[in-house]
Amino acid sequence: MATFLFEPGFFSSGPVHVALVIGAVSAVVTGVVGVFTVLRGQSFAGHALTDVATTGGSASFFYGLTPLLGFLGAGVLGAGAMDLVGVQRLRGRDIATGVVLGVATGVAALYLYLDTTKSATTGAAQQVLFGSIFTLDSSTIPVVAVLSVVTLALIASIYRPLLLSSLSADLAAARGISVRAVGLLFMLALAISVGLSSIAIGSILSTALLIGPAATSLRLTRSLRRAFAFAAVIGVAATWLGVLFAYDSYYWFPSSQGLPVSFFIVLLVFLAYVASGLHPIPRALKRARLDGHAAAAQRVR
Amino acid sequence: MSNGPVLDVDHVSVAFAGREVLDDVSFQVQASEFTGLIGSNGVGKTTLLRSVLGLQRIDRGEIRVNGAPLSRHARVLGYVPQKVSLDPDVPVRARDFVALGLDAHRFGFSRRTKDERQLVEQMLMDVDAERFADTRVGSLSGGEQQRILIAHALISQPSLLLLDEPLANLDPKSVEEVVSLLHRVAKDHGVAVLLSAHEMNSLLPVMDRIVYLTNGRAASGTTDEVVRSDVLSTLYGHHVDVLKLHGRVFVVAQPSESDVEIPEHSTLTIE
Repeated sequence: MATFLFEPGFFSSGPVHVALVIGAVSAVVTGVVGVFTVLRGQSFAGHALTDVATTGGSASFFYGLTPLLGFLGAGVLGAGAMDLVGVQRLRGRDIATGVVLGVATGVAALYLYLDTTKSATTGAAQQVLFGSIFTLDSSTIPVVAVLSVVTLALIASIYRPLLLSSLSADLAAARGISVRAVGLLFMLALAISVGLSSIAIGSILSTALLIGPAATSLRLTRSLRRAFAFAAVIGVAATWLGVLFAYDSYYWFPSSQGLPVSFFIVLLVFLAYVASGLHPIPRALKRARLDGHAAAAQRVR
Repeated sequence: MSNGPVLDVDHVSVAFAGREVLDDVSFQVQASEFTGLIGSNGVGKTTLLRSVLGLQRIDRGEIRVNGAPLSRHARVLGYVPQKVSLDPDVPVRARDFVALGLDAHRFGFSRRTKDERQLVEQMLMDVDAERFADTRVGSLSGGEQQRILIAHALISQPSLLLLDEPLANLDPKSVEEVVSLLHRVAKDHGVAVLLSAHEMNSLLPVMDRIVYLTNGRAASGTTDEVVRSDVLSTLYGHHVDVLKLHGRVFVVAQPSESDVEIPEHSTLTIE
């Protein structure tokens, strides 16, 4: 059973260890930030930040820097740019996001082209866009850990003002909360979490890890605290299983051609979301049964 | 200071793109009084309330709350905005929403104390919301959501509660319930109420004072002082009649280009 599930060398492989740790840590942060992203209706902004991260990632590849630096730097700059263009106004949000997204993708196209001509392979594009969690160096772990703690601490410290301004900007502003400052801090957390998941599953796919587990968990629970926990657990589960399947997939085909981790992670996240959509059926049945009880009780009376 | 008005709106003007939305508006709200801010849609009721909250810059005049000039009134004002669109999917229970009224401005992630949880419980009871306290706010009916918003605004013990069109979009029964609930809760908590509405009749039984707003200008006083043909005609700038019928009030404009001779300023009362 164990050898069927875990192909030889899974637990002793250094790259697998690094992938599991970084994958899990970034999935936790992305899950928590993702819940607020969905609550605030900022999925589009989240996606735009992944495109901005693509720009940073491709640029850092060209200049020979570590991709995480590019993902983060560009993400934070992008978040700032979106705030300047007007992401804090509801109607301005889509416009600001669209404008920044457009510019970022254009610049990313330039750098991806330059990367290809520089290294004469398409490896850069593949790595930036779709991730390469097995090639990460273990020295990345402390950096990822620190960034994760900082991001989670940031979210925890602005938790209540952020929650109220997500529910109603008017109510928050009337309470003297600076809705804009809170929104900007959240965008910062969003940028960092996109950077973290970009190194795990690639910048383009990091939207999936940001929105998928959060949207799934929001379907499953009516407690916000539990929604954070579920999103983190779903993200970690998808990431770990994705790593496992990708590792195993080397042994699936005679050509020893493994399949990419990101593909498995995104597929698992999607399946979780679809499965959570089936959830209302049992709940509806339960409600019907309760109604039946109530009706019976009424008849008795 | 304790004997002065809770709210003093002093010659306030606000212009949007060259158009005067509020034109030299003055009125006061006294402690523990129920004041209706009456006017049709688009006369500047929301602008006025947002000005009091400090969310709207005023061009001229001054707004004082408890004698203090406008800066951040956050702690002494409770606010129920016109529209809070909450998605039914948002996993925030009515109880959590009320509790946010207590500590939403606080940073950090501390657990609420026992006293705070009791206060939330008490507030839910005060607005008759225990029944749906554990339902998601987004899936509550309009009237239920209104109660939760009122509890959210009142729990921080403000001296003035501002409500922007809380009765719009409610069915007549809910209107009556929300009005009598507000009246009772405001009396119990010693809170002054300033409530905007485009229709005054549902408020007549509870209203101590009225601020009648039209064309950016306001008249204020008791209902008998303000809702009169002469006062409202001056305010509107053209002739209006006031009809009182079985305890309800109707403000009727003169038919345009009418040949009919209309007596000057008739306030007709039918008991």
